[in-house]
Amino acid sequence: MSTQGTPTRRRALRRAVQFVDAVATPHGIDRYIELALPTWSSTEVRARIVAVRRGSASSVTLSLRPNSNWTGFTAGQHTQLSVEIDGVRRTRCYSMANSAHRADGLVELTVKAHPMGRVSGYLVDHARPGMVVGLSPAQGVFTLPEVRPQRVLLVSGGSGITPVMSMLRTLCDEGHRGPVAFLHYAISAAEHPYREEVVRLVALHPNLRVHTVYTDAPGTGDLDGLFCEGHLAAADPDWVDAEAFVCGPAPLMDAVREVFGEAGRSAQYHDEAFTLALTPARSGGGAVTFASSAMTVADDGRTLLEQAESNGLSPTHGCRMGICHTCTRLLNSGAVRNVTTGDVVDATGTEIRICVSAPDGDVSIDL
Amino acid sequence: MPITTATERDARVAPSSTAAALGLSEEQLQELGRELDAIGRRVADDLGQADVDYLRRVIRTQRGLEVASRGLLFLGWVPPVWALATVMLGTSKILDNMEIGHNVMHGQYDWTNDPALSSSNFDWDTACPADQWRHSHNFVHHTYTNIVGKDRDIGYGVLRMSPATPWSPAHLANPMIAALLALNFDLGVMLHDVEFERVMSGKRPWREAWVTLQAGLRKTGRLAAKDYVIWPLLTGPMFLSTLAANTVANLTRNVWAFTIIFCGHFPDGTHEFTIDECEDESRGHWYFRQLLGSANIEGGPLFHVMSGNLSHQIEHHLFPDLPARRYKEVVGEVRAVCERFGLPYNTGGLARQFGSVVRKIVRFSLPERGRAELTPPTANERAAERIAA
Repeated sequence: MSTQGTPTRRRALRRAVQFVDAVATPHGIDRYIELALPTWSSTEVRARIVAVRRGSASSVTLSLRPNSNWTGFTAGQHTQLSVEIDGVRRTRCYSMANSAHRADGLVELTVKAHPMGRVSGYLVDHARPGMVVGLSPAQGVFTLPEVRPQRVLLVSGGSGITPVMSMLRTLCDEGHRGPVAFLHYAISAAEHPYREEVVRLVALHPNLRVHTVYTDAPGTGDLDGLFCEGHLAAADPDWVDAEAFVCGPAPLMDAVREVFGEAGRSAQYHDEAFTLALTPARSGGGAVTFASSAMTVADDGRTLLEQAESNGLSPTHGCRMGICHTCTRLLNSGAVRNVTTGDVVDATGTEIRICVSAPDGDVSIDL
Repeated sequence: MPITTATERDARVAPSSTAAALGLSEEQLQELGRELDAIGRRVADDLGQADVDYLRRVIRTQRGLEVASRGLLFLGWVPPVWALATVMLGTSKILDNMEIGHNVMHGQYDWTNDPALSSSNFDWDTACPADQWRHSHNFVHHTYTNIVGKDRDIGYGVLRMSPATPWSPAHLANPMIAALLALNFDLGVMLHDVEFERVMSGKRPWREAWVTLQAGLRKTGRLAAKDYVIWPLLTGPMFLSTLAANTVANLTRNVWAFTIIFCGHFPDGTHEFTIDECEDESRGHWYFRQLLGSANIEGGPLFHVMSGNLSHQIEHHLFPDLPARRYKEVVGEVRAVCERFGLPYNTGGLARQFGSVVRKIVRFSLPERGRAELTPPTANERAAERIAA
């Protein structure tokens, strides 16, 4: 019965949408409804900020109510948040920090202000309930496997705590029985979001062991110093059997990866990079042509996006770290090097992300 | 020292005959370019929230007028309500096409990163598909402004607007064609991109033109269905009254857009250029050509909004991708630059500018012989005679 009803209903719905679009052509009905209901969209995910909590001077925790286009997420994933700052829509990636099983459907993001961060600084200073922001569907492969590992090791540093917090809360909500070790690095107790909540969770879940390291305040945490194998052993003596989920500054992730590698357990290591670690520019000195702008400049080795901006162009872009594809342009000729992977692309007509592509010799792009 | 080298090289190049006639050297053109660059740069650096807020206000006004007028037409049997709804719908369409559509599709708001205000996403409520318009207008017309043989907006390929076009008896129909074009300007702009004259002369493959035409007809069909079938049917017994209102609104938009756009480049005193003198031109000469090829219309704040700020056609052609609401604030500086370089700045009220356009349409419909007795020569012709003498 239902298999017959569904296509009929879908056809009816499609006809209704076609009719409404014919009435509102060429703008489409969304462009009218959104003027009255700012979170309305039939395709885009938009969300209203419903609560703002400022945990410390440099961070803010936002609770967002997404519209019906949001289809949920898996613990560890992130979303691209878009917010308008002085008339310009800026997009950055933030990991969901809440449990994937949260009952009220809200999404929680914790944003730490970076010294040079336009978006993070704006949100920390200006986010308020009622504000509407854009979101992307949840994305990212840094997630808890569907079949939960028996033994879990969570390692985070600084603002890298958010996806790890989501994993921790999700495991606790699921009543996960296996041992969960959580090792977190913060500058000091004042810069440690979710501190009280983690203490509460430890009291409720005997299988959870937490070690916190305050790198700038020795003696105030559970351990001292930067990450080393000793920290790992303190967090979980049987860490070699654990699946490790790591998020934080590149040196921290490199160190954990190395320890797992040396133990022959690389397959159990999973991480999420949130800062762009650039490989050094290989040469520079070639000719970079921005074809649609009829401009040719000398390559200075930086990414095409940075070079375009330095030359007075303002290409559309989003994340500036190769994730969102907003800055995608066609490669007309020549080769470019992906600064995150080192891969060289030289196929004419390929779509390249200019925020992570640097010229490799003479290059012409459709910009 | 690349700048010095460029200046030295360009200084050796003889300036165009138009620039020479006005006594401008290539070096002066370069200086003109630098001064105008600086004006544009300063405004671009100042763009921000106020510009986006303004445009969104205009969009809200337009959409509000449109929705309200469509609703009022259910009461179309009350004559004052019908008249009010018709005026509101016409106003909405003019705002949509001019202050919103034309300007957004120029990329004036691309810096906002808002997909709803992006030049590559936006479509407007007129027959010409957005992508075709971006090619024919943003690229062809704004790059080759007033170059006879390259700028297809000169006379729109159907009118004789210049002595440079050889006269033929068909041109006697100039005034009639212009009137038809004004009433059907939406279709005229759509068909403009098919480039029939280039298809006829073999410069454009007919297959390519056919694809363009099909896209144009598809969009025309969708808009016609909306205005002439669906909305009239929705109002039930008011079918004919709604049909009439929508027709009048579209005609109003057509005649208004024709008037504003023909006042942009055709009033007496706007210059035309030859392909030769614009070969390898400098940025300074490009600015010079935009200044001489465009004309402004004076009016109040509402008039500027309703013309999409194309009443500041000169500033628009100098800075086509700056938000149009900013043009009025650079008028003073642009005029000062013109005075310093001894360049004309063509501006006047709507009656004067449009009057001179009409005179041109009539004058160039006539053969050279006997024309002088019927209509006085244009300022350009007088200037050309002075230079020749």
